[in-house]
Amino acid sequence: MSVLDTATVGVMEPVAPLIAPTRTTLSPLDAESQEWLRTLRAGDTREEAIARLHALLLRAARFEVARRRPTLPHLRGNDLDDIANEAADDALMSVLRRLDDFRGASRFTTWVYKFALLEASAKLRKRAWQGREVPLEPESWDVFSSVGLEPDAQAEQSELLVTLQNAIAEVLTPHQRSVLTALALNGVPIDILAERLNTNRGALYKTLHDARRKLRKHLDERGLALDNWLED
Amino acid sequence: MIERPDLKQTLGRLLGPAEPEVGCDACFEELDRYVELELAGKDADTAVPGLRAHLAGCPACREEHDSLLALIAGGQLP
Repeated sequence: MSVLDTATVGVMEPVAPLIAPTRTTLSPLDAESQEWLRTLRAGDTREEAIARLHALLLRAARFEVARRRPTLPHLRGNDLDDIANEAADDALMSVLRRLDDFRGASRFTTWVYKFALLEASAKLRKRAWQGREVPLEPESWDVFSSVGLEPDAQAEQSELLVTLQNAIAEVLTPHQRSVLTALALNGVPIDILAERLNTNRGALYKTLHDARRKLRKHLDERGLALDNWLED
Repeated sequence: MIERPDLKQTLGRLLGPAEPEVGCDACFEELDRYVELELAGKDADTAVPGLRAHLAGCPACREEHDSLLALIAGGQLP
């Protein structure tokens, strides 16, 4: 397992790390999961089991495609079905490669579904961003309307925004600034940014996490009451 | 209190969750167990510390969580 829990930020101040995942105790496999593993490993049943597994993964991939279809009006039915089939094919390869990693912490079918959903959602995000520029610079801070705020609240908001903008400019490394801007301000999906920057999702999220911790620490040291401004 | 949804949402995305969280890799590893615990009405957040916070901070993992939960819970195509 790739764990992203030990890094600090080089010469900058250390920040709170991502926490290590818990390790579950292996539990006895349920009968259905045992049967999946047995048939996928045995020579005489493997081919038929792989076909059933592919059908299961295709069902999950089609489920994901159908959920996201309203956000993808430019894709036609054939395109969407191609994406679902490609996702099922890729998920099948991942599942077969990682069969020994299945710990029985869930049912086998739940475990395999997540591979199909991951592949389908990643492919759909890729299609949605195909040919689009990935903005790494901040667009505007003017989206924050202060209309209707009491004068005290306006002043507080203004102070918060100025401090935050300065922190982004001064406290973060250039890489942290670009990643934070793209992901948090400009809404670029993390796997799209990972592909464009030739890195991976886990590494990018760690960069985002470190940047966020530094901003929180900076604002906290200046006595800004963040709880008043964040979602409940 | 006047609502400032844009500011709240954007600040939330910029600052992320306050609580300790796992990363994307650990989230993917634990997602199936977490969703089954949720659907069984068990305390998934205690069993998998840091995953709920990660879902709050990572839109891509949150989408995958929501999809897995919906698929396992109902399984019907929309």
